[in-house]
Amino acid sequence: MTIAPPSDQLAAGAFERRRPARPNGRAPGRTPIGYVFVSLYALLALAFGVFPSLYAVVLAFTNADGGFAGAGNFTKVVGDFRFWPAVLHVTLYLVIWLVALVVFVVGLALLVHAVRVRWAGTALRFVYYLPGALAGASSVLLWLFVLDPTASPVSGLLHAFGFDSFVAVIQPGHLPAIFAIIAFWTGAGGWIVIMYGALNNISTEMLEAAQVDGANAVQIALRIQLPLLRKWIAYMGVMSLAAGTQLFVEPQLLSQASNAVVPNDYSLNQLAYQYAFQQNDFNGAAAISLILLVVALLLSWVFVTRGGLFEKE
Amino acid sequence: MVGIHTAVRARRRPASVLAGLCAATALLALAGCGGGTSTANGSYGFPQVKQESSAITVWVDADRQAAAKAFQKANPDTKINVVAYDGSANGSNSFRTKMQLFDRAGSGWPDVVFSTQNNDAAWASQKSNGKQAFAAVLDKGLVPGDTLAKFTPGSLNPCKVDGQLYCLRNDLAQTVLWYNKKLMDQFGYALPTTWEDYQALGEKVAKQHPGYIIGAAGDGFAPEIYMWAGKCQANGVTGPKSVTVKVDTPECKRVASMLDTLRGNGTVPVVSVFTPEFVKKYTGKVLMMPGPAWYAGAIFNNPQSLNVPAGQLGVAAPLPWKGDDKAVTGNVGGGTWFVSSHSKNLAAAEKFVQFVTTADDYQVNVAPGYPAYAPAADKWIAKQESSKYFATSLQPVVTAASDVWDGWGYGVFSQEAIWAKTMTTGVTGGKSLVALLPDWQQAIENQAKVNGYSVN
Repeated sequence: MTIAPPSDQLAAGAFERRRPARPNGRAPGRTPIGYVFVSLYALLALAFGVFPSLYAVVLAFTNADGGFAGAGNFTKVVGDFRFWPAVLHVTLYLVIWLVALVVFVVGLALLVHAVRVRWAGTALRFVYYLPGALAGASSVLLWLFVLDPTASPVSGLLHAFGFDSFVAVIQPGHLPAIFAIIAFWTGAGGWIVIMYGALNNISTEMLEAAQVDGANAVQIALRIQLPLLRKWIAYMGVMSLAAGTQLFVEPQLLSQASNAVVPNDYSLNQLAYQYAFQQNDFNGAAAISLILLVVALLLSWVFVTRGGLFEKE
Repeated sequence: MVGIHTAVRARRRPASVLAGLCAATALLALAGCGGGTSTANGSYGFPQVKQESSAITVWVDADRQAAAKAFQKANPDTKINVVAYDGSANGSNSFRTKMQLFDRAGSGWPDVVFSTQNNDAAWASQKSNGKQAFAAVLDKGLVPGDTLAKFTPGSLNPCKVDGQLYCLRNDLAQTVLWYNKKLMDQFGYALPTTWEDYQALGEKVAKQHPGYIIGAAGDGFAPEIYMWAGKCQANGVTGPKSVTVKVDTPECKRVASMLDTLRGNGTVPVVSVFTPEFVKKYTGKVLMMPGPAWYAGAIFNNPQSLNVPAGQLGVAAPLPWKGDDKAVTGNVGGGTWFVSSHSKNLAAAEKFVQFVTTADDYQVNVAPGYPAYAPAADKWIAKQESSKYFATSLQPVVTAASDVWDGWGYGVFSQEAIWAKTMTTGVTGGKSLVALLPDWQQAIENQAKVNGYSVN
């Protein structure tokens, strides 16, 4: 579920700024080599992105025999007793995770940026980034131990919260927070590095001018750095939202590890999986996937427009 | 052993050729071509493909690789490709998932599959989206009738759907009452003879020997150990798509009430027997424990688990409830072997499943679980007793094998998963099992309905 933040993008952007204009004035996109690079991406995107999505659209509006089903698959899945609880689970998880991500990532990036000792700043960035090296399923496996009071290195903390057993830790009400913590742990470090890079791109003249005008560190952060980070925060929001709505690996592994105490239909993606492979109903599964896609696109649109992601400076 | 992906990849070329043939046939004659579907109705009660003497592909889990090896050793002339997979264990559902994908692809099915789940016949016997059912009918001539007759009475029930047999049981998982004879003697306790006695003993243990336990109910199979044995009709599968669910009955309430009492006093904790927590807290503290036959090896005589020393573990017959004319018991698992109805070499496939379920080479000499095939079971029991590990005769295990209550069926959905997410979490959250019975009823009904069952 967790996606790696594209940490090279800032570097690429910085490089572009420094690059001198081409002598012949030809636009970079017109070179043949550009088409070669783009074509490979486009082919893969078509094969593994666009065509499967179109196939899902076809499946969602047809029945098992291939006949037109209208909205039948959608009404069926929305009426399923598991659908709305799954929506609630994913929503709660997203709210907790996205808020935590924005607040802590931006806060920690500002803190690291404010550290003037060079080695300390580097060491901190490394420490933040480190958990991201253990992503996906392997991260969840690690957390299975962390969350079990009998095996956890922080068992004292778990006992202090009143959790004496693994089942007590993974009670349904705790799961959104648990999944948010796991996702934050594996994903936040990469974003901190990106935000740090974005902070580095803010011109020192502007910051010095603010200091000369008497602004303190907090005022500089709130009035200058945060507004200039807005696009990157929106970018983080869009990418994390897309990944978060697809919550699957964490509850799926936790379900197997807990012998189904965590249900295998906890998230919408899991429910789609259940439809496809438990009930052999690929049409219902496609309907859920399509609903997820539409919701994620709508929410992303909000992030993009509110965050001014595509606004030209 | 051949990896699963290798085996699938090896079949890609025939699949593409077949797909091409299908397309050509469809274009030329608009004739149906299901890609590997039947060419004719067979004599065994299901449509068969053209038979040839090709190697067969068998899917086994890690433990059953020994069965395939034993077969290869005893039958070097019959070629088999062994594919290791997870046995569909722990709710992975991989057996069904992969067969459905092969159904869609129109090819790729293995000839024989072992599954750790005993409710796979519920789906494997049924057509799905118009596609031929995966499981071959075994009792219409494919497996000899005299072989089937020698299986323990009732042991093939999980494999029967609508009166036809779709799989062979590998091992049985009847529930018995395991107990520590040394501790019982030391504490001066007599074995209970009814569930009411069992509860009374639990209350006595809580007062006289706190910390000791007489059972555990923290796994998803708690309903199969306690509710099934109490004749609670939570899973009355009455047909391929119908189920009777009645948990608001005295039978269910008496079990729930007993478990609430014993959970309350700490003698039947809601802790999974497979957790480090259980081993840490209860090693040397298990006075009694109702559980399946395989608990002997998996829990008691296992250095990674309770590691009960030799000469201490005894076994008693399942307990009756007062007023019931005889004791019945539950069942927790037990593997099954399926033959694919798509197999091109049914003779070899049948030879394989008959060997692994009946031959002494595997079932007596190697198999860790109680064999479903009665002649092998007798020899297996004799072998276990000769090990001198057990403190008592194992005869109660044999008796219990045919005492599994037939009012609890084998539907396509998992009762264990429903119990875990409804009752285990509810109890951990502070509710009583008696209070949670309506939730359980609702959860079973909901799950049954989304799986296409009508609920009575």
